[in-house]
Amino acid sequence: MADLYYQLEKDIRYIEGLKACFNCGICTAICPAAEVSDYDPRMVISVVQQKDEEELEKLLKSDTIWRCGECLSCKTRCPRGNVPGYIIQALRALSIDTGMFTSSVQGRKQLALKRTVGDHILKYGYCVYIDEVDNDMYPEQGPVWDWLRENRESMLARLGTSYKMNKSGTLRNTSQESLDDLKKIFDETGGTKRLNKIEKDSLTKAKELNIDFDEGKDDYFNHLYNE
Amino acid sequence: MKPGKNEIWAAYQKEIADDHYYFARSCIRQNFFPAAENLYLDILRNVLGKDIFDDARQTTCTGIAYHSGLIPLETTMTVIARQFALMNEAGYENFVVSCVTSFGLYVETIETWKHFPETEQETREALKRATGMTFTIPKNLVHASDVIYKYRGEISEKINLRLINKSTGEPLKIVDHIGCHYAKIFPQEGIGGAEYPYVLAGLIDEWGGQQVDYPERRHCCGFGFRQYLLKSNRSYSVTNSKKKFDSMMPYKPDLIIANCPGCTFFLDRWQYVIAEMEGKTYRENGYGIPVLTYEELAGLLLGYDPWDIGLQIHQVAVEPLLDKLGIEYDPDKKYNGLNGEDIGKPEQPLFIRSV
Repeated sequence: MADLYYQLEKDIRYIEGLKACFNCGICTAICPAAEVSDYDPRMVISVVQQKDEEELEKLLKSDTIWRCGECLSCKTRCPRGNVPGYIIQALRALSIDTGMFTSSVQGRKQLALKRTVGDHILKYGYCVYIDEVDNDMYPEQGPVWDWLRENRESMLARLGTSYKMNKSGTLRNTSQESLDDLKKIFDETGGTKRLNKIEKDSLTKAKELNIDFDEGKDDYFNHLYNE
Repeated sequence: MKPGKNEIWAAYQKEIADDHYYFARSCIRQNFFPAAENLYLDILRNVLGKDIFDDARQTTCTGIAYHSGLIPLETTMTVIARQFALMNEAGYENFVVSCVTSFGLYVETIETWKHFPETEQETREALKRATGMTFTIPKNLVHASDVIYKYRGEISEKINLRLINKSTGEPLKIVDHIGCHYAKIFPQEGIGGAEYPYVLAGLIDEWGGQQVDYPERRHCCGFGFRQYLLKSNRSYSVTNSKKKFDSMMPYKPDLIIANCPGCTFFLDRWQYVIAEMEGKTYRENGYGIPVLTYEELAGLLLGYDPWDIGLQIHQVAVEPLLDKLGIEYDPDKKYNGLNGEDIGKPEQPLFIRSV
């Protein structure tokens, strides 16, 4: 793993995000994630700046890099033009590409994200789609959403949407041609490779943890999504 | 205003094209506020007389998945390049983005291409290989709320009522919530920048309401992408929204408006969850603080029927706001189906009123 920094330094988000941090801690003061979890962006930058391969490897295998909410409030506030949120984006990519994401509980949850918003993109052309959002998985949606879903043919027509229709408008079907374009872009630019890597390394980890792994909302998915 | 201050304020302005827009939809908005985007298009076309094109070929920008750490930047930039190519093919130059996450990513992509020109070339080559398409960068790229801000005066001339409490004659107290990715990443791209965002406050001022300036006004709603999307991480999201509600509560706001689809959703739904968890509501008599998008507010003032523009799809009841504004509505039609048929009603939550 002697080349972790070599790989990290090729990511333009790392180049753009790390100027010269003097550890003032403003990023941590403004950070919504730091308020609610054991997360300190100032310390992340401090570790990355040390250029210590072992420390970087520990970071890539930790829960820490998955705590950020990517609101990017840190970009506005840093007096030296650093962007901890960008560095987190680069670290997350490297953690997946090296397979280290399965070493942490939070990192492993990338599979649950891949099987929801990731797969929705290539299935529907959107990250989110009403047919996939039920109140069991998203109870905070409340009774109004439950009622809307139950009556969606009628209500979405009343509200003038193009739900399930092959024309422009809200919630329209994405044409096969557009979905094919997305798939070809994913194949061409590393998106498919990234998503496949998450599946492949998650299978190995699920076996290690002795949790059933198949596809969709299997035992491993539910373990990651709910617990 | 003194000349010096004018110069400072000029740095917080942005160019917003007058007409002929290409519209990019939002994944979240079209699901959770399914009438909002049609209302937006209707206001632009039929109230303001503008040309805005709604393209059936356009897709997600991948933003929610990108910010959840799933999608490589190269993939996202190429998907965005395809949207630009579609805009070119449709004959437009001005790109209007419905979603704040998308808006931030579109700006990010263009800025990345400026600072790292080789990435633009790589994106062009990847798009060509994948789809055969080529593109030019939009001449003007704005968020959908920017256009409403630009024409707030024209809308003001057409509205039938002001943001005034009909019973007391006092201006309604309104919280504005700006999505983080509207201006915190690239302050020069937001009206008023990150420090003095005016894109929604300008609507409140123009239409007769009173801004609420509360301590946590600029705090994130708590979406957090992967933090909300995983049930096991969701406390991140509700905790940050609660921090805002607790901070604004002493000012007794009559309404929250937001320009980000996710923020609008969270500020609505987390009030329901907090009520279920703690029995706490943020307005009197078991009501919450109604949460609207900017065009829903414009639509109400312009005289659209609240149930035609989807306000029954909000979990927090909007009736207290309608009553304060003196807007007439038929409660019996709130939950009717397509042809006025009875399709039942949502269950009433335990603690927060939905009617």
